[in-house]
Amino acid sequence: MISLAGRDIAHSWSKFVLTGMGLGLLIGVTLTMAGVYRGMVDDAHALLNNSGADLWVVQKDTQGPYAESSSLKDDVVRGVRGMPGVAQAANVTYFTMQVQGADGGDTRAMVVGVESGQSGEPGYLVAGRQLTRSHYEAVADVKTGFALGERIRIRRHDYTVVGLTQRMVSSGGDPMVFIALKDAQEAQFLKDNDAIQNDRTRTSANPAFNRPGVPGLLDAVQALQTSSHSVNAVLVQLAPGFGPDQVAEPIRRWKHLQVFTRAGMEEILVAKLIATSAKQIGMFLVILAVVSAAIVAFIIYTMTLGKIREIAVLKLIGTRNLTIASMILQQALGLGLIGFIVGKVAATMWAPVFPKFVLLLPQDAVTGLLVTLVICALASTLAIRTALKVDPAAAIG
Amino acid sequence: MNTMPNHTPTTARTGGILIENLRKVYGQGDTAVEALKDVNLQVSPGEVVGLVGPSGSGKSTLLKCLGAIIEPTSGRMTLGDDLIYDNAWKVRDLRTLRRDRIGFVFQAPYLIPFLDVTDNVALLPMLAGLPNAKARERALELLTALDVQHRAKAQPSQLSGGEQQRVSIARALANRPPVILADEPTAPLDSERALAVMRILNQMAQQAQTAIIVVTHDEKIIPTFKRIYHIRDGHTVEEAGEGRALD
Repeated sequence: MISLAGRDIAHSWSKFVLTGMGLGLLIGVTLTMAGVYRGMVDDAHALLNNSGADLWVVQKDTQGPYAESSSLKDDVVRGVRGMPGVAQAANVTYFTMQVQGADGGDTRAMVVGVESGQSGEPGYLVAGRQLTRSHYEAVADVKTGFALGERIRIRRHDYTVVGLTQRMVSSGGDPMVFIALKDAQEAQFLKDNDAIQNDRTRTSANPAFNRPGVPGLLDAVQALQTSSHSVNAVLVQLAPGFGPDQVAEPIRRWKHLQVFTRAGMEEILVAKLIATSAKQIGMFLVILAVVSAAIVAFIIYTMTLGKIREIAVLKLIGTRNLTIASMILQQALGLGLIGFIVGKVAATMWAPVFPKFVLLLPQDAVTGLLVTLVICALASTLAIRTALKVDPAAAIG
Repeated sequence: MNTMPNHTPTTARTGGILIENLRKVYGQGDTAVEALKDVNLQVSPGEVVGLVGPSGSGKSTLLKCLGAIIEPTSGRMTLGDDLIYDNAWKVRDLRTLRRDRIGFVFQAPYLIPFLDVTDNVALLPMLAGLPNAKARERALELLTALDVQHRAKAQPSQLSGGEQQRVSIARALANRPPVILADEPTAPLDSERALAVMRILNQMAQQAQTAIIVVTHDEKIIPTFKRIYHIRDGHTVEEAGEGRALD
């Protein structure tokens, strides 16, 4: 038996291809939306992987340093280093800001303050070298667009880009710029001159700090206000033979700090931090699926209405209902297949142009194909119902 | 016109169609309309008869009953040696009955636009289970007999009206049915082409020993029938036709 659906598609291929392309662009958007979600999850994992930490020690009762602000004194790290099972511990700061390039344009980036040779430092470089000097050097992710040797401005100081790294992004997809911890502490908490002067005036006007009988108190208080010894987190690497929970519990208990294991941090980043975005994308996917189904149903229904007489003739000459239903179903599936191929190609082509990372996974493509085919099959039921209701007598008139 | 291929029937049939006291009532009670009141009709194998009547006389209803598309209310219908209706259908699968034992020729050819000429004709034997190659072979034989073999690979939209009608006749003959029902087959054609179609139908009837009923209003072809059934107010009246020569 010949394929009636195949012959019909071959006969009016231009109509099918054009319709399939329209549908394909919609499917391409759907695949891209899924890719955006995957990219967000991957960014979150990249952030955790790149930190090189097994445990994150943060301010008590916070979910920092990525989901909430967290502030610790930078000497906390010494106490943590002394805890059993801790192989290495390092201070780290994170803050997101507009970093100004040499051309005057600025790029949104997450500035990370790290200690040289410790956890938190970029794991690998694609060009240049790691930070070696104590001040005014930076390693930037290639996504920032900064070049080796370029002078960039963070707050009031200029930094020279000495290394370039890749896939070092925040959970929000902003590329990272690594600078020395001391610079970062200053940049994070440094106030402008006017604010410093106002603070000094305010403090000196306070009789509690400016006592005539206590010389040096005012200077000490003002020195304390302008210096920063805070960090956002301590990154911990475990000694061999120790489990994360085994090491985390004593730090929580004895240091009165919050400690997250890798699993806990993943939970915060993936399940909490991007939960709203994921729901948003999920809603878009549902809407796009419904719109795709409606379009396929409308197209197949219209095509079927245009063939009512031929269907009546087919039924009159003894074609089985199953054959007619199969013809319409195959056409819907064919349309879906054309649409999926166009959509997949389109998504692959435009994904790299997106400002945020779009991760197109093969398993998402397979799921997308199956969902497309199921949607097309469901969408064809309306047309099939109409075709099966056609009276063979309509061929006679 | 070429000679019709000599087919061997798959089952022994004497052919022809016999209608006795056929009634068809639409609706029930006060709204009931008796479209066919007492229809009697017989067409022998190899014979072409005309069925004529004014609009609303019941021609279409009779054609639909004969074509097993709608169920009569009462009466008897015999197709070949088989009683197919006796106050109820005696055949369980009407679709197969239509496919294998009744050929249809319509006012417009209604060829399937996405199949080429050969496959339009071969579709019926394929639906009946004949292998594609054999079905196409049979289709080509019929197209040759109807002198359109040179258009075998063409799409229906590339054919002239006369060629399309010949292909539709070939399709009606494809499963070698004992009966062909032709509904106004010459209506859109000019005199010359209308007579050519009638010539073909007569030749096919003779060669394949098929009984052909032609429903028509067409004054051009009415004189060509040897027998005509007039249908008026749901009754049939048989008349001798002129039987004008078609050669």
